[in-house]
Amino acid sequence: MEQLKTIGRELAMGSQGGFGQSKEFLDLVKSIGEARSKAEEERIVLHEIETLKRRLAEPDIPKRKMKEYLIRLVYVEMLGHDASFAYIHAVKMTHDDNLVLKRTGYLAVSLFLNDDHDLIILIVNTIQKDLKSDNYLVVCTALNAVCKLINDETVPAVLPQVVELLAHQKEAVRKKAIMALHRFYQKSPSSVLHLVSNFRKRLCDNDPGVMGATLCPLFDLITIDVNTYKDLVVSFVSILRQVAERRLPKTYDYHQLPAPFIQIRLLKILAMLGSGDKQASEKMYTVVSDIFKKCDSTSNIGNAVLYECICCVSAIHPNPKLLDQAAQVISRFLKSDSHNLKYMGIDALGRLIKISPEIAEQHQLAVIDCLEDPDDTLKRKTFELLYKMTKSSNVEVIVDRMISYMISINDNHYKTYIASRCVELAEQFAPSNQWFIQTMNKVFEHAGDLVNVKVAHNLMKLIAEGFGEDDDTADSQLRSSAVESYLRIIGEPKLPSVFLQVICWVLGEYGTADGKYSASYITGKLCDVAEAYSNDETVKAYAVTAIKKIYAFEISAGRKVEMLPECQSLVEELSASHSTDLQQRAYELQAVIGIDAHAIESIMPSDASCEDVEIDKNLSFLDGYVQQAIEKGAQPYISENERTGMLNINNFRNQDQPEALSHSLRFEAYELPKPLVPSRVPPAAVASSTELVPVPEPYYARETHQTASLPSVSDAGSSELKLRLDGVQKKWGRPTYSSSASLTSTSSSHKTTNGVTQVDGVGTSNSKGRDTYDSRKPSVEISPEKQKLASSLFGGSSRTEKRASSGNHKVSKAAEKSHVGKAAGAHSDTVVEKINREPTPDLLDFSDLAVTSTAPSVDPFQQLEGLLDQTEATSTMNNGAAGASRTPEIMGLYADSAVSGLSSSVANRDEFNLSSELSNAARTSQVGVSQLNKGPNPKDSLEKDALVRQMGVNPTSQNPNLFKDLLG
Amino acid sequence: MIQAVMVINTQGKPRLAKFYEFQPVEKQQELIRSVYTVLSSRAEDVSNFLDVESIFGPDTRLVYKHFATLYFVFVFDSSENELAMLDLIQVFVETLDKCFKNVCELDVVLNYSKLHTVLDEIIFGGQVLETSSTEVLKAVEEIARLETASNAISLVPKSVSSWRSR
Repeated sequence: MEQLKTIGRELAMGSQGGFGQSKEFLDLVKSIGEARSKAEEERIVLHEIETLKRRLAEPDIPKRKMKEYLIRLVYVEMLGHDASFAYIHAVKMTHDDNLVLKRTGYLAVSLFLNDDHDLIILIVNTIQKDLKSDNYLVVCTALNAVCKLINDETVPAVLPQVVELLAHQKEAVRKKAIMALHRFYQKSPSSVLHLVSNFRKRLCDNDPGVMGATLCPLFDLITIDVNTYKDLVVSFVSILRQVAERRLPKTYDYHQLPAPFIQIRLLKILAMLGSGDKQASEKMYTVVSDIFKKCDSTSNIGNAVLYECICCVSAIHPNPKLLDQAAQVISRFLKSDSHNLKYMGIDALGRLIKISPEIAEQHQLAVIDCLEDPDDTLKRKTFELLYKMTKSSNVEVIVDRMISYMISINDNHYKTYIASRCVELAEQFAPSNQWFIQTMNKVFEHAGDLVNVKVAHNLMKLIAEGFGEDDDTADSQLRSSAVESYLRIIGEPKLPSVFLQVICWVLGEYGTADGKYSASYITGKLCDVAEAYSNDETVKAYAVTAIKKIYAFEISAGRKVEMLPECQSLVEELSASHSTDLQQRAYELQAVIGIDAHAIESIMPSDASCEDVEIDKNLSFLDGYVQQAIEKGAQPYISENERTGMLNINNFRNQDQPEALSHSLRFEAYELPKPLVPSRVPPAAVASSTELVPVPEPYYARETHQTASLPSVSDAGSSELKLRLDGVQKKWGRPTYSSSASLTSTSSSHKTTNGVTQVDGVGTSNSKGRDTYDSRKPSVEISPEKQKLASSLFGGSSRTEKRASSGNHKVSKAAEKSHVGKAAGAHSDTVVEKINREPTPDLLDFSDLAVTSTAPSVDPFQQLEGLLDQTEATSTMNNGAAGASRTPEIMGLYADSAVSGLSSSVANRDEFNLSSELSNAARTSQVGVSQLNKGPNPKDSLEKDALVRQMGVNPTSQNPNLFKDLLG
Repeated sequence: MIQAVMVINTQGKPRLAKFYEFQPVEKQQELIRSVYTVLSSRAEDVSNFLDVESIFGPDTRLVYKHFATLYFVFVFDSSENELAMLDLIQVFVETLDKCFKNVCELDVVLNYSKLHTVLDEIIFGGQVLETSSTEVLKAVEEIARLETASNAISLVPKSVSSWRSR
């Protein structure tokens, strides 16, 4: 049957024209396919090579046979065997006039040869000829070969022809010529720099395919220099609009989407052009927003375009509406079942949280799902995201996760990578030094050989220097905890060398400092280390020096030192070591033991590793000795400069090496030619440098621009992000920006007011997060560990007041939806959604006011009261709910109603319905007054606000006192 | 830019390998092997993306798709979009399917040079050239037609054929 099929194929291929293969080739493929072992395959291929070598040596091979042989050779080389003996035949075949043979020749050559291969020179002439051919297929074939075979030396030989082809009548040829030029640009930018304008010209080509091809080189050019292409923003936007509006011929549709690859390329370009440029960005808003709306989210390619939109939105100057649309797409990605979409969602989230950090909180559970997914790719992407959102509040959980993943994998490359990430995060955000040391211990223990040695030195330095504050007790506590942990770890087998070095150093320096462990105990341990790792000289050196220090400290403390027998034998062994370093250390140790306490104190002062050692570079203490010697008639010292100067004087007549001398006359004489030196640089570099000279201005402009825009292109901790936004706000001169940016996640404005009124620090927000989860457990099946993780990752993720509240709000809203909801929940949700859909300009202004929290036109306290009432309504509605679960609900409701308050038409209803019960709320709050100052209970704080307002206190400053005491 | 296209069967045998940046033969083998090792250890229902910086160096991504007995693998850098590359694999496979009517591994092996022809019409010098499988097919068929035509010519005595093409 199998054979029948093969024969059928063979026949079919025969009818297909030039693609048929001979029986021999079929046999080869078949026998390789049937080979049962690698060795057998090897044997077959080697045999084939022998056959081919023999055949190729025969005279007068028919051309069709030759073609067949070449195909077989290409196949053989793909299997990993050298076919270089046949390269010359491939080159010869490219000279043939027959199209089939020529194509085969080019195929073989472009697969066989590197662009600096000696044989290339034999092909260049053929390529030149073929590029001028009348047959466009020959031209295309040559262009294809050009991409692979031409390097910076041979570019000038074919460049004129390729440029001519840019005006070829066939669009397929124009397209390929553009791409070939692009390839030249990649390989040697200087050779085609003068042709860059051609790319701009071809952007207006009649054929959309050619235009699309032009985007690739333009993308590269813009990556390097954004500013010179700012003028094209309008063109790109209009092209994108036309593409999105289906103005292209139907043939460019792919899965019902108009030219998605062109859209993607354009969005990538726009992202670069709009980054940090408000003016340019504003031109893009409409078209990107249109694509968000139009794009079909059911197809793979549609999602690719949507993802690219998100990338674009997160790169350009932020626009609240677009950010909102992006957030919606992200949540759809994350909710999808497809791992691919989840991956894209996580990646997109990582981009967007730079601009609006609060968006991550809506997706906390999705993110945790991805983190626990069996798919490694997804997991790593998620770690990437977590890395971006690490703050001092969640660093412990994140680093912990990273380390346990690090331990579980074998891939050394990624292990190194994630270990360095752990170290970086730990160094940056460590909540305590104790934790830092423990974390570093874990990293060293499991990936010690993979991390940079610098990290070890940093760790030692940290232990030595302590907090950097003048808190000696804390420092010594830190050290003794380090010593203790190391004594525990030291017995474990196969510790990495770097880690052992740290251990030895710390034990030597601080092992006996707190008096808890005796010198003999520590030295015993150190001897064990030196013995256990006897083939690691660095560790041995560290160990023996540590022993020396211990003994030195003992002596200077006035205690009698008795060397342990194993220590004795270690020293003896080392003093006969091949390594001079080890020998020296061993002798030093013996010498130190022999001297008295006073001397030791000056050579080995205790805990002085951070002291600067003063070095007298002039060796002034030798002056007296030198003076004496000179008086006795010794030659005075001649400095090196003078000595070489003498040498040159000796060689004075030797005119071949004039430049190195310090003889003043000659030096002057040769000074002049120096400015001419640059002219000796190869012409390529000159071209590029002259390219640079005429355009200093845009270059400069870009520089300043970058500094100006830097704040908006955030890359790290979001605690700084707030600062940056402020900076931008000032830069652009309009106050709407930061608020509008935070609008995206449905919860911007209320969040700020809410934050100021009830924020209570990280710890409590954590606990609240958990409470909420508990309350929600019966209805939604999510394991408590996951919830805990979520709350520690996200709930506590907000150090700044704003985010703390928004996090809680998200959680509580979710809880509401899942089981309390009913009337109030549903209502507020619809409100939120409505606002989501139509973020009016009014919204911006309101949110802005909310940020500053001075009394806005819509009185936030009125909403507060409304909220309190609503709360009561909810609590009566759902008696069974635990008190704990109610707290976040209140906040959720409050938050929602605050949002609704912004679009006043909706909010009014709330107020009318509920304000009647205001006094009631105030009364309850009066009862609770005594507790207010103690607990950060958000309900209490809200009530207190109501109370305060009743008493006629109006907040006037940005951070009124009444808010302040709630913060405490 | 797309750096490499590979087709590897489920036993780890390369069926097509095209590197847009030159790689020596040994290096090619090594890359194919390491890609196969990673691919073969992946479960069925996971994402089609792979972290391959340890294999191909910094700023590289890999997208693969598993069809019957073959893995189709594209390696590219950050200037391309992962999902779009996944669709490009789809385009490639669709075109092959149209070329061979229900493409199977055997077609891929036996029509080695045709495979290259198809691929060259989709990816040119590491950049996406064409994404419509019908357009690609048209181009490939035109090449085939002209090749048969020139085959006919080559039956004419050699001196004549060289004269004609001048």
